[in-house]
Amino acid sequence: MISELFTVTVLIGILASGIRLATPYLYASIGETFGQRSGVLNLGVEGQMLLGAFAAFYVALTTGSLWLGILAAMIVGALMGLIMAFVTVNLHAQQGISGIGFYLFGLGLSDLLFQKLMGTVETVKGFPPIKIPWFSSIPGVGEIFFSQNILVYGAYLLVPLAWFVLNKTTLGLKIRSVGENPDAADSLGVSVARIRYFTIILGGTLSGIAGASLSIALLNVFQQNMTSGLGFIAVALVYFGAWRPWGVLGGALLFSMVNSLQLWIQVLGIPIPSEIAVMMPYVLTILVLVITVSRVRAPSALTKPFERED
Amino acid sequence: MKKIIQSEWVSRLIDASLPVFAALAALLLGAVMLFLLKVNPIEAYKALWDGAFGSTNAFAETLVKATPLLLVGLGICISFRGDVINIGGEGQMIIGAILATWVGLNFTGLPGWLVITLSMFAGFLGGAIWGGIPGVLKAYFRVNEILSTVMMNAIAVQMMNFLLRGPMIDPSQAELASKIPQTARLLEIFRLPRLAPTRLHLGALIAVILAVLVYILLWRTTLGYRIRAVGQNPNASRYAGIKVQRYVVLALLLSGAFSGMAGATQVFGVNYRMITDGSSSGFTGSAGFNGIVAALFGQLHPILTIPASILFGALLVGANKMQRVVQVPSALIIALNGLVVVFVVSSEFWRRRRQRRRLAAAKQNDESPPQSDPEQYQQVESGA
Repeated sequence: MISELFTVTVLIGILASGIRLATPYLYASIGETFGQRSGVLNLGVEGQMLLGAFAAFYVALTTGSLWLGILAAMIVGALMGLIMAFVTVNLHAQQGISGIGFYLFGLGLSDLLFQKLMGTVETVKGFPPIKIPWFSSIPGVGEIFFSQNILVYGAYLLVPLAWFVLNKTTLGLKIRSVGENPDAADSLGVSVARIRYFTIILGGTLSGIAGASLSIALLNVFQQNMTSGLGFIAVALVYFGAWRPWGVLGGALLFSMVNSLQLWIQVLGIPIPSEIAVMMPYVLTILVLVITVSRVRAPSALTKPFERED
Repeated sequence: MKKIIQSEWVSRLIDASLPVFAALAALLLGAVMLFLLKVNPIEAYKALWDGAFGSTNAFAETLVKATPLLLVGLGICISFRGDVINIGGEGQMIIGAILATWVGLNFTGLPGWLVITLSMFAGFLGGAIWGGIPGVLKAYFRVNEILSTVMMNAIAVQMMNFLLRGPMIDPSQAELASKIPQTARLLEIFRLPRLAPTRLHLGALIAVILAVLVYILLWRTTLGYRIRAVGQNPNASRYAGIKVQRYVVLALLLSGAFSGMAGATQVFGVNYRMITDGSSSGFTGSAGFNGIVAALFGQLHPILTIPASILFGALLVGANKMQRVVQVPSALIIALNGLVVVFVVSSEFWRRRRQRRRLAAAKQNDESPPQSDPEQYQQVESGA
């Protein structure tokens, strides 16, 4: 039975779906990375994702346009981000707790709207896979990397882009300085509030897309609480990746590959209780956090509201 | 300036009523949402009220729902006071319930009162273990507790599903094709006694007594003082010779223990068996999250968390009636709970600002410079 896992077809299947499954984590975690590098912990990612997933699905279902769906998810995510920014930046609300509030709000509202506006589970035809010319015909590799849908490609392009912005641009420097030493940044004329507004709204927008990637690109349905903890994992992956886009990519891939493996174990009927298989990625994440976290330092001003000394 | 100092008690009154305003603001926004959904808000809220308080049975249901919220909330009071964000209530409830159920199903030869007592302790223990692990991870491996408790929730759900579909499944279900994930029923003598001819059970009383004990723990014992000291200022606590790491572990462990008891009372007081639909909320009814809301609403004060739990229990029970009468999904209440949390933490802003102004005024008048001795801290805290 176990040997069935090691046939080429199955391995390619595991890798290809692992690459695909990392998509929502990448969008949400990269967004969260920006927030945390500027000193703000957004624990409401899950709620933003749920609302994004619903908005994208509903708009795609009613207008027939997937891109309008994405746009709707981005707007909803950005709005949630805007409110979150006001609450954490202007009102100095404790970030961990207000995040739980935003999570519950998104959880309840997406469910409410789903029941009121749709009522039953429906499906849409999501983004189709795009075969990249030439590359997609490479045996194995083509299927794994070059036959995915547009949102998957977007997620992977986001990683180097985020790295570039954070490390090679003035904006990135401002974001990092606001997260490490807001007082110094402030005295140099950087607006701490403006930078944090930017990163939180950006994070919300990306969380919205993360939700959309679930509802109109990967699963193509919307259900109540369909993220089931995915947004919280996305936050964990930021710690996991030591606040660096490439590290986040590594974490997202590890998590989604293990997840993909457990899905295939169930598909192939290998006699490991499915519950134990589903548990694996979480246990693994805790273990890796234990090993890695104690070696890296979080942004100094993380979760600390900024207040100018008079 | 002097006026501000004299009106200290007015200020306190405003502080204490901030959560009430937060709740009213949330309900108002809820009314707007209802209006947009083309539902008459007054009708909806009337159904909500009737569902929660309309009859003896309704009120008893409210208290039954409030019980796990209070127990989880008490744990939250302890951990949040220690500056430890425990989001693992769901998982801790589940593990507590599993251990308690195991005791209830396996010690059938013992007298009822003994098994009930043992299983409450088993629930306490299970939750303590499930909270203690993230505690150790935080204190000694610097793993953020928010993340580890979330992971522990996911692991607990799978353990529950595994056990209730496999080793612990109700023998009669094991033979059926449906295989509902549930355990066998508890013996009648092992059930928590009912307090009235309603579904209200002894667990509610236990929770209220524990609320008093948690108050004593936090403000009248060294252990509680140290947990709070570590929460306020870990560095100062370290200088004062407090073993900070130990109290971080204790805060999470105790917090988990109360959630574990919440899980145990659900089994022994409400369902008389452990049952789920495969999800976390299928067993807990999301009390692990809503308990956080209740504790925050009660300003992390164990005694104030009692009325707060009743309020949120009422919202949950009333939501069902609202769903029946005006066809508004009860999910609305979850969204409103979220808004309450956001509003409560946001309203802290005004409290802090007034506090700062009071201190500044005091400084200017040079009457009583701001003090930082522990006694004063305690008073400010307990007056919250």
